[in-house]
Amino acid sequence: MNPVIMRLTARSLLGRRRAILFALLPGILLIVAGSTRWGSSADPWATAHMLHNFAMSTVLPLVCLIIGTGAIGPEIEDGSIVYLLAKPISRTTIALSKLVVAVSTALAMGAVPIALAGAIAGDWHWKLTLAYGTSAALGAVAYTTVFFTLAVFTRNAIISGLIYALFWEGVIGGYVPGVRVLSIRQWILAPAEEIAMPQASTWGVSSQVGLSTGLVLIVITTVLAAALAARRLQTISVRGGE
Amino acid sequence: MSTITLTDVSRWFGNVVAANDVTMEIGPGITGLLGPNGAGKTTLISMMGGFLAPSAGTVLLDGASTWRNPEIYRTIGIVPETEAAYDMMTGWQFVLANALLHELEYPEAAANAAIDAVDMAAAQDRTIGTYSKGMKQRIKMATSLVHQPQILLLDEPFNGMDPRQRLHLMDLLRSLAADGRTILFSSHILEEVEVVADTIEVMVAGRHAASGNFRKIRRLMTERPHRYTVRSSDNRALAAAIIAEGSANAVSLAADRIDVEASDFGAFVHALPRLSHKSKIRLLDVTPADESLESVFSYLVAR
Repeated sequence: MNPVIMRLTARSLLGRRRAILFALLPGILLIVAGSTRWGSSADPWATAHMLHNFAMSTVLPLVCLIIGTGAIGPEIEDGSIVYLLAKPISRTTIALSKLVVAVSTALAMGAVPIALAGAIAGDWHWKLTLAYGTSAALGAVAYTTVFFTLAVFTRNAIISGLIYALFWEGVIGGYVPGVRVLSIRQWILAPAEEIAMPQASTWGVSSQVGLSTGLVLIVITTVLAAALAARRLQTISVRGGE
Repeated sequence: MSTITLTDVSRWFGNVVAANDVTMEIGPGITGLLGPNGAGKTTLISMMGGFLAPSAGTVLLDGASTWRNPEIYRTIGIVPETEAAYDMMTGWQFVLANALLHELEYPEAAANAAIDAVDMAAAQDRTIGTYSKGMKQRIKMATSLVHQPQILLLDEPFNGMDPRQRLHLMDLLRSLAADGRTILFSSHILEEVEVVADTIEVMVAGRHAASGNFRKIRRLMTERPHRYTVRSSDNRALAAAIIAEGSANAVSLAADRIDVEASDFGAFVHALPRLSHKSKIRLLDVTPADESLESVFSYLVAR
């Protein structure tokens, strides 16, 4: 880890206009959580429903997409990444330093608000807060790493990320059962289902994969994506204005 | 003292050949990489700086490959062509961050020295976003000088500079070269290169077209057949006078003009008004037919 790179990344992430964007999404989530509590008299079933269908399926992937791509994409696009690459620092260190900042930001702007939303909307013995908080924390790590890697590989990272999160996980996943098994969303929901036991089925907290399968797939995907990003950065071609 | 050696280097992007079998050695002193836009200058500098793999051939810095070798950045300083920097930081913060990334022992002192070298101390506390193009160029320069590199690579450094800044940068490059450093800069303007460079490497359409000091390059560029189109009140008489005078080696008479080919550029342009005056022929139009930089360069390649 290189503290200077981490500081520069944090600064460019939080300094740009996109910072407003990813502060807006958790803000909306908390407002929705408040109205859910008001509308349902703090019924845990309604809370689970709101977290499942709004927080986990929309807010989390979008926040991670904006942060993961924003931590490196703009610098590659405008060429200013050269200032980091032209230093006697291994490219793996550069990639990991940026990734750590991105994941931490995603935890703060994605996972923490989701846990809060669970507590605000109405919970039963902190079960949903803990279940979806854990799930969202794992999601922040996995989604952000995948989208970060996407940004290292392609300039169309935001579009590809949107297609993955909304189309693949959302639409296709709704019709084709096999696709659900290959979705980060299902893997991170596995521990939520476990934590919400024995009320999981009453509240509708469910995942298509088992706990160990989910955890293993999360770890493999995250490590693989991070390694690919580091590897790609070693041979990335930076050409000036041409 | 450091040297960059390119041996049989080619680089292609799909079907486009950006560098074609280039062999050159960049040693201590100032080297100008001259060529029209699209000649492959940026491609060459990117390969020297380790940002692009050669498709064929080798690019070595003191014997070590520059590709996938971050250690070269202890020796190399790079001033990228890109205008983008970290716009929300001040000049001082940006240069200091670069010093810290180099893990220098005294980063503040190094940042101060680099900012002084480019004469930016007065504006160092303003954010980079508020800088003019020339100021940005100088702060970029400071980031690449912060670790006192043995080799400095600059891609089109004079772009966007006013004449005073240009002179200042030239002085800076000269003083760096006087310390025994190796400096390479690219440009598409011969006049810019010849004032400051000890050696000039000419690139045209991806090929290494010529190499030498400015006298040699200047001679190659001026002592070539120059073509002119001349219109006058009496084309036939003027054509006869030009041929008789001797500074042109071919004159052809077209419907309403004369096409002249002169091998000695200076002699012909001096002779023409004298001839016109003496024979009382009014010159209506004198146009150099192929004075664009591209045509000058393509002559060098065809040679």
